[in-house]
Amino acid sequence: MTRRAASGLSRRRFLEAAGVFALLPPASPAMADALVNLGLPGGPSERSITTAFPEKGRMILQRSRAPMLETPFEAFDRGVFTPNDQFFVRWHWAGIPTEVDVAAFKLTVRGEVNRTLSLSMADLLAMPRVELAAVNQCSGNSRGLFEPRVPGGQWGNGAMGNARWTGVRLRDVLDRAGVKAGAVAARFKGLDEPSVDTAPTFMKSLDVDRARNGEVMLAYLMNGEQLPLLNGFPLRLIVPGWYATYWVKMLNDIEVLSAPDDNYWMKTAYRIPDTPHASVKPGEKGVATVPISVMGPRSFFTNLTDGATVKAGAPLPVRGIAFGGDCGVATVELSEDGGGTWRAAALGPDEGAYGFRRWSGEVAAPRPGTLALSARCANVKGEAQPAEPNWNPAGFMRNVIESVRLNVA
Amino acid sequence: MDRRLSALVRAAAIAAGVLCGAAPVVEAAQSAASSVSANGVTLRSVNVDLPDAGRMFEGPGADAVNNNCLACHSAGMILTQPHMPRAAWQAEVEKMRKTYKAPVDEKDIPAIVDYLAGLPR
Repeated sequence: MTRRAASGLSRRRFLEAAGVFALLPPASPAMADALVNLGLPGGPSERSITTAFPEKGRMILQRSRAPMLETPFEAFDRGVFTPNDQFFVRWHWAGIPTEVDVAAFKLTVRGEVNRTLSLSMADLLAMPRVELAAVNQCSGNSRGLFEPRVPGGQWGNGAMGNARWTGVRLRDVLDRAGVKAGAVAARFKGLDEPSVDTAPTFMKSLDVDRARNGEVMLAYLMNGEQLPLLNGFPLRLIVPGWYATYWVKMLNDIEVLSAPDDNYWMKTAYRIPDTPHASVKPGEKGVATVPISVMGPRSFFTNLTDGATVKAGAPLPVRGIAFGGDCGVATVELSEDGGGTWRAAALGPDEGAYGFRRWSGEVAAPRPGTLALSARCANVKGEAQPAEPNWNPAGFMRNVIESVRLNVA
Repeated sequence: MDRRLSALVRAAAIAAGVLCGAAPVVEAAQSAASSVSANGVTLRSVNVDLPDAGRMFEGPGADAVNNNCLACHSAGMILTQPHMPRAAWQAEVEKMRKTYKAPVDEKDIPAIVDYLAGLPR
């Protein structure tokens, strides 16, 4: 048994056997009906599968309060649109309303505008409707795979999802309020509240030009249905190509600002080193930082898992998903020799530049032994996934080339 | 306005011999307050329960963690972290106090850090 596996198991067994934590009151049976191993180096790597959360199916339990739920990776093999009931969930503060009266809900638009607005959902439903597919990915997706490890939410690769979002253009809403000439940013806040009054309320902001670019939208439908409460019902900001930290859930307040936003969640948190791939050496100090923004390209295997056994001599279908980041996928390539040579995978239908793209290929006749497969995506701006993993102390922006090692027998 | 709701209200109003004006429709819609509908989209109000997160730590020193950490987040936040040396846990506790304003009793900090750094690997 490897040390990794041993430490994961012994930790869990120890915790349970020694009664390091008790279950008070007993957790719902659905809270721990199965385990998944995320393969996090050094562990702890096992997580429970939970079906205990409202409007959610099987999810990987990272943290029950404030909820952090990861999408089980097999969901990504079923199609390029992630089902709402398996879409990942991440909240900063536990003060989440569990009840939303959609008829009473109002979105306020205020600040540096000519007219303060208080829009009902009926008002928003009556405005011109737009729709697009876009990947929503946590800034810290895959953080648990960083080496050396870093504190924070210990996600595997499933803190991401792709949905078809329907709603209104943020530009249309801002134009209705009339943004004043001196405005520089729009700040977004949802219904969630900090556990402690003096703690920083979660807010994010976008420059006015980005806010008014015609693609940023306020979504009231996700894959054709209203959003699950835990994904931001009744209204969520959609910032195509940008990390999920900007996609404010339960959005009920937009404040147009006359000066750059210096709130904690922009000025201090969610900052990345201003370096290629946001990468620094562990322990490196004095590196300038900028707010995290656009995503880079990624690609994943969805029908093969690391360590799986496949049949020798038989054609091996290989498939997965990819996304370009803040633009479309140009190519996905496969390597059978650890990145020495690459060949193009076939791409599935283009459902939109910001969404997942299916890719597929085949290994004609795998020979007995070990087969290492790698997949890499390049986007239409020419950016390709790096061969070496990036590293930063917050565990942000991982997009290294993914590989699986298979046993061929 | 929900077209089906509107139709129901009209039918009821007619059955009751009341003139089918706008006022009763609006009133009924407001009292129902369960959905909003326009241009082919209906949004329904949501009322959910979130699961209990009452998992507590046990053993020597556990009180300090239970009393100071679990008000803001569940135990899973701690149990999923990689092994970290004492100094790293100290920094996490300080971040929770100073940045996120966790009401951690200062005299409990050494006990909290000891407990976290001593979690089995």
